[in-house]
Amino acid sequence: MNKPLVYSLILCILMVASPHATHLPPWVSSLCAMLLVWRAYLTYSGRPLPSRWLLFIITLAGVAAIAIGFHTLFGREVGVTLLVLLATLKLLELRGTRDATGLIYLSCFILITDFFYSQSMATALLMFATLLAIAAAWLRVQTPHITFKPQLRIAAILLLQAVPLMLMLFVLFPRVQGPLWGLPQDAYNSSGLSDTMSPGSLSKLSLSEAVAFRVTYRSAVPRRDQMYWRGPVLWQYDGRTWTTGSAPFNFAPHFDATAQPIEYSVTLEPHNKKWLYALDVPSTLPPGARLSDDFQLFGKEAVNARQRYEMSSNLVYHANVEESAQQRQRALQLPRRLNPRTRELAASWRAAQSSDAPIVQTALRYFNQQNFSYTLEPPLLGSNGVDDFLFQTRQGFCEHYASAFVYLMRAAGIPARVVTGYLGGEFNAVGNYYIVRQSDAHAWAEVWLAGQGWVRVDPTAAIAPERVQKNASAAVKNNAALPFMARNPPRWLNKLRLDLDALSNQWNQWVLGYNPERQFALLTRMGMKDVSWQKMARDLMLGLSIIIGVFALLMFRYLFARSNDPVQAAWLRLCRKLAKAGLPRAPHEGALDYARRVAAARPKLAGRMLDIAGRYMSLRYGEARDAESLHAYRDALRAFKL
Amino acid sequence: MAGWSLVILNPLPQLGRTKRARRSQSDIPQREIFFNTVFNRLKQTFRSWAMRRTVETGTVVLSQRRIYILPTRSGFGFALVLVLMLLGDINYDLSLGYVLTFLLAMMAVMSMLHAFRNLAHLQIHAGHIEPVFAGEAARFVFHFDNPGTLARYQIHLRDDAGHRAVCDLPARRSTAMQLDIPSTRRGWMDSGRLSLYTEFPLGLFHAWSYLHFDVRALVYPQPAAPLPLPAQSAQNGTGKILAAGDEDFSGLRTYSPGDPLPRIAWKALAREQGLQVKQFSAPQGQELWLDWSHTPHPGLEQKLQVLTRWVLDADAQGLIYGLRLPDSELAPQNNPAHRTECLRRLALFGMPPLSRKREGGTEQP
Repeated sequence: MNKPLVYSLILCILMVASPHATHLPPWVSSLCAMLLVWRAYLTYSGRPLPSRWLLFIITLAGVAAIAIGFHTLFGREVGVTLLVLLATLKLLELRGTRDATGLIYLSCFILITDFFYSQSMATALLMFATLLAIAAAWLRVQTPHITFKPQLRIAAILLLQAVPLMLMLFVLFPRVQGPLWGLPQDAYNSSGLSDTMSPGSLSKLSLSEAVAFRVTYRSAVPRRDQMYWRGPVLWQYDGRTWTTGSAPFNFAPHFDATAQPIEYSVTLEPHNKKWLYALDVPSTLPPGARLSDDFQLFGKEAVNARQRYEMSSNLVYHANVEESAQQRQRALQLPRRLNPRTRELAASWRAAQSSDAPIVQTALRYFNQQNFSYTLEPPLLGSNGVDDFLFQTRQGFCEHYASAFVYLMRAAGIPARVVTGYLGGEFNAVGNYYIVRQSDAHAWAEVWLAGQGWVRVDPTAAIAPERVQKNASAAVKNNAALPFMARNPPRWLNKLRLDLDALSNQWNQWVLGYNPERQFALLTRMGMKDVSWQKMARDLMLGLSIIIGVFALLMFRYLFARSNDPVQAAWLRLCRKLAKAGLPRAPHEGALDYARRVAAARPKLAGRMLDIAGRYMSLRYGEARDAESLHAYRDALRAFKL
Repeated sequence: MAGWSLVILNPLPQLGRTKRARRSQSDIPQREIFFNTVFNRLKQTFRSWAMRRTVETGTVVLSQRRIYILPTRSGFGFALVLVLMLLGDINYDLSLGYVLTFLLAMMAVMSMLHAFRNLAHLQIHAGHIEPVFAGEAARFVFHFDNPGTLARYQIHLRDDAGHRAVCDLPARRSTAMQLDIPSTRRGWMDSGRLSLYTEFPLGLFHAWSYLHFDVRALVYPQPAAPLPLPAQSAQNGTGKILAAGDEDFSGLRTYSPGDPLPRIAWKALAREQGLQVKQFSAPQGQELWLDWSHTPHPGLEQKLQVLTRWVLDADAQGLIYGLRLPDSELAPQNNPAHRTECLRRLALFGMPPLSRKREGGTEQP
């Protein structure tokens, strides 16, 4: 194996494996790094490769350790880990072209597994760089003695020529909706809200700047304090954690809308849960979705790919005014014998007031006036969590307030429940849409009031109205715990961030979200009638042939000797003319010899032929070449007739 | 590396030939005479057509029509990799995966064009071939003229027996490629049909063309093991045995193939004077006849081998020697041209003259 080839292959493996470095087990990442360095050193110093049995032992030990670490040898993560380790080990056992070619194919495979973790634009750019390295190495497998510059040039040409063809295929290749077979459990990342809530779960989530979904309003944009995106509704409390519980019956949700619906579309990032997010309360549903009796929107399948849906919501409503007794009973559940002081407080409110609505106001006033504060880093709470929070620590994030509020309401005999979701969003003027991030995660409460149905109450607004009006960073006093960009970034940086997000939104919509429906829509818009795969295949073949044909024309130009010298070109034209007349010039024959031979064969042409040959010789090999003699030479040629 | 590319054969010629050979062996004895003659006639027609087409003189330009292209085994392997990747893309809905798969597929498609272009419009003519002794490799030289501004890489030349040579051809340059084919028998040796192929740039496609130049290497008989020169024939009356000519060192001359190893002047080589051979003189004016009838062995080939050895030894010793064969004789002389002519006579002794009609070309000097 020649050294440049080995270095090229090391670079390939390094480039395809390094994006995996962070999510592989640390020992695998460091082992692979060490093996790569070792291989580079062996090549550099010209030492022999390690013996096969040593490699075999390392391989066996590595595979065994991976199997033990993951408890399995099947699945996506394990597969990627094994691929990276084996590819690195293969480098140490490189013995022929076949091995090298196999390694190239393997690195293509590892490259594609990068996309399980990220498909951003940066990943795409990195892919191109990696592909260039792979192509260069591949070229060197075939052409061991090529120098570096043509190696890189030919690899780049191959890659660049493939780009327009790839675009053609990307648009026209008939898309099939996956999955084709069952996916392993760990196929999808899940981040975002879960269907439980305990102290700290939302404040932890609000540290993430990841995008939850993006919203484009097609009608009027609602006020900020109306942008409550409804997620899981939590009914069941065990003293620490809120869960959805299980509804004994499924009642059809019912509401009376009292305002114009807001129309919008949501592009939801995959979160591997079945529910979708919608503004309270949805009036038209996306196809296939259903609304639960607590107004939560569910899709058919878990959202494991970016999904876009169109819908509309009514922001002013009366929901389930005729709520069933069972549901009202569910909304009064409390864990027994916990938080006695809270119960006392609620009982005292109830003693003073007979109707429900004033008690709600009392509770909010309580939060507002009793020196509560809004913070991301609240002190820990004991087993009587609500008591501790309400009477001692008085510091908390939205989940503490929602939890305590609902507890108070239930203790006072008012049906109440916790709703989690997102509040607000950041407007992106570049793309004219709103970005809702994980840091916008929020929890609020709903109480059921006779005659009004379920009414949203956000206790957080009583403590930190900025949270509702602006965002978490405005509401949290000491925001050092928030990520840098969620605090108060410089304006230019924020602008840059919004520009990038607009770009990445386009990327998501058009590149990553290019599915059968979108393909259909695009082709229809481009004028294809009755889109079918046959037509796509036909257009694809046609388009590819045209592009390849153009490339072929461009490529084959270089094959022919081209002379920049008009004198020689004119002379060669004359030779061709004479060759047709049966007097071809022999390859070894000089101009003068040829002219003499032609003169002998065709005495009539003798004078002119010798004249032209003389002019040619002096123009081509003589000292001076002025315009006049060039002109005369051309005249002589023009006058030459067989 | 060579072992790997050996695996990838171009299947067309082999298929064609084995099929033909099988038919001619198995079918002919069993079939009726009628079919037999028709088949033979067809075979002959095809052969003469193929020969006319493939045996070439002068400069050959590899036009597009002469270049064939098929995927290699590793090309099929790569196709399988692509299919697997596409299935993964669909299953996991990886949009960037589609991008990568399509890019790789189209790189493969473009590599086909590059492979084709790597051969296209090369101009090839056969070069001079030095005679060799049987058993040595005949060095067939081909000059590749690359008139364009594009360098060509990894151009392979291979004969049907698997002997190969490879080189890169820089742009606007003429490059000589030497293909060594071991010779087995004395006489004219044809290079046979050669395939010129390339798997550049990615090894996914095998682009090839056939070359059958009308070039032959002259193969001298293999010199027999050293044995003493024959006694001087009595014709001139001196009757002296010239084997003793070995004694008198007379100088050095440059090595030519076939010179016996012990005669090589290693000291001269060490002095970096090149490969030289010690010459020993015998008394001038004495003539030695190397006579067919004086050779000790009975067989024709052995006789020729002995005569070859004698010619080499006599020449190395600077003797004036003549060669007498059953059908001709060469008068005694001592000069390189004489040596060459003697060896040529020995090489071609008893060989049928070349049928120019069949080969369709002229004998190369």
